[in-house]
Amino acid sequence: MNDAAPVIVVRDVTKSYDGGRVPVLRGVSLTVRPGEIVALWGASGSGKSTLLHLLGGLDVPDAGELSVAGLDPRREAHRLELRRRHVGFVFQLHNLIPDLTVAENLSVPALAVNRPAAATAARIQELATQLGLGPRLAHRVQDLSGGERQRTAIGRALMNAPRVLLADEPTGALDERTGGAVFALMKDLAGRSGIAVVLATHERRFAEACHRLVHVRDGRLEET
Amino acid sequence: MRSLSLVFVNLRRHKLRALIGVAGIAFGVAAMLTILAIVRGAIGMFEHILVTDSQYLVFEKNVSDLFFSSVRDADVAAIRARPEVASAQPMLFGIVSSPGYPVITCFGVEADDPRLAHAAWRAGRRGDFGARTGEIFLGSRAAEFLHAQPGAPLAIGPTTFRVGGIFKAANGFEDGGVFLPLAEAQAYFHRPGVASVVAVKLRDRASGAAFKRAVEAAHAGLVALEDREFSRSYNSFKILRATSWAVGVCAFLLGGLGVANTMLMSVFGRIRELAVLRVCGFSERQVAALIFGEAAAIALAGLLAGGAIGGAVLALLPHVPQLQGYVHAEIQPGVVLGIVAMALVTAGLGAIYPARFASRIQPVEALRYE
Repeated sequence: MNDAAPVIVVRDVTKSYDGGRVPVLRGVSLTVRPGEIVALWGASGSGKSTLLHLLGGLDVPDAGELSVAGLDPRREAHRLELRRRHVGFVFQLHNLIPDLTVAENLSVPALAVNRPAAATAARIQELATQLGLGPRLAHRVQDLSGGERQRTAIGRALMNAPRVLLADEPTGALDERTGGAVFALMKDLAGRSGIAVVLATHERRFAEACHRLVHVRDGRLEET
Repeated sequence: MRSLSLVFVNLRRHKLRALIGVAGIAFGVAAMLTILAIVRGAIGMFEHILVTDSQYLVFEKNVSDLFFSSVRDADVAAIRARPEVASAQPMLFGIVSSPGYPVITCFGVEADDPRLAHAAWRAGRRGDFGARTGEIFLGSRAAEFLHAQPGAPLAIGPTTFRVGGIFKAANGFEDGGVFLPLAEAQAYFHRPGVASVVAVKLRDRASGAAFKRAVEAAHAGLVALEDREFSRSYNSFKILRATSWAVGVCAFLLGGLGVANTMLMSVFGRIRELAVLRVCGFSERQVAALIFGEAAAIALAGLLAGGAIGGAVLALLPHVPQLQGYVHAEIQPGVVLGIVAMALVTAGLGAIYPARFASRIQPVEALRYE
């Protein structure tokens, strides 16, 4: 546990779908500090992804308070700013843009914030070095292995140097060895950059390897 | 906006789809350019026939077509007698036929008509015009398709004339027409003492307004119009221009539907990608701008391709044997600007719904989309 100010604060957040008939999160609270890696562990449909979507400004809660990097994801303008500069997403199915090269995929978040081309190129080189993608930068993503694709997705999420990385089952589509490597990479990056990582996973071994393990069950959080 | 650099990336990735959109606009541009240039050229040629060496046209008020206009000899004489008039050339239009050629324009003119003076005579002399009865004079193109020889007989309707001369006229309609002395034309068309129009040259153009008022006051059934005024107000020209624009606009509408279809296919085909862009920080505006940018790029490419196709068609048409002399395309800056505006507006309209749809994609739902 560190003493830095929390980068994520969630208080009594509820979220339901279908006009309230399908409750997904039932008054959850969570605090995450910079450099922490928090695992949201639970079965499919337990509410892990929904909480990540709320934290990343992809969806809004029905009630409760949220603060991510000092911004309020309930406000539209803050949600956009969150996605642009403060939060990076990694999905189970990497969601890279086909036909584009690794470098082009990495540059997408930089395009959103109009970062100058030279600065983008320098950042791509920096990320490629960290992620071991240097020789693959000019390759199209469909020519990459599963692990390389997920490393590219991590690089894209880190392009604008966010304070929070949200990863939704990032190892779910990878074999055991590759999944382990991707997880180790994320942990290493978090440790070196001080970025807060919230990782949704149903794999116990990755959840236990995080700094904190939060069990998500029936829309409630239980920290173990 | 650097995000627009993705416009070309996306078009490059979906070449066939983009090409279909480009083709839709290109055909619209080519159709509009070709039609408008040909119609404008045809109107120009017809205007030239009417205003050769003249500034005003006098003809019967409210006629739907100059072929139906009647200006009596007495009116012509009165106009000629006006002090401000330098010359007044009556002209009678008619349609004649010859075996295999049902529609040939016939011009009934006087011997001192400036058209005959400006023509390059290939057979016979200008002085022969009207010197003998029963003679007809041909534009070189008409002589060619009628296989007419100087001095040989030529059947025109029920009458057989002798070919009195052949000349090359600069104007395509005149070069493809036949000429009779005015009196013979009046007799042939059973319109004795009547001309269709009178082309008037004034001693001083500044007296034009007074001339116009005087003619309309003295000759209740006639109207005098300055050449440009005539061009603007003549019903047949107006109908031709309106029709050509309407056909062009229809071609563009089809092109616009093509763009709309292309952009819709493009958006529906990459809903997940657009959702990823939103996740990566693209605003609704940036996503919409991306779609409009793609449509604009398609429109610009279509404009270039359509301009090239239309230009090629216009360059080739005058060399088609059947059209020689009749097609004299005129590409005016206003027409080009109109076509550019139409292409961009069409593409823009075609992109409105796809852009609106794309910008409203909800990332969470879209990422579940297969």
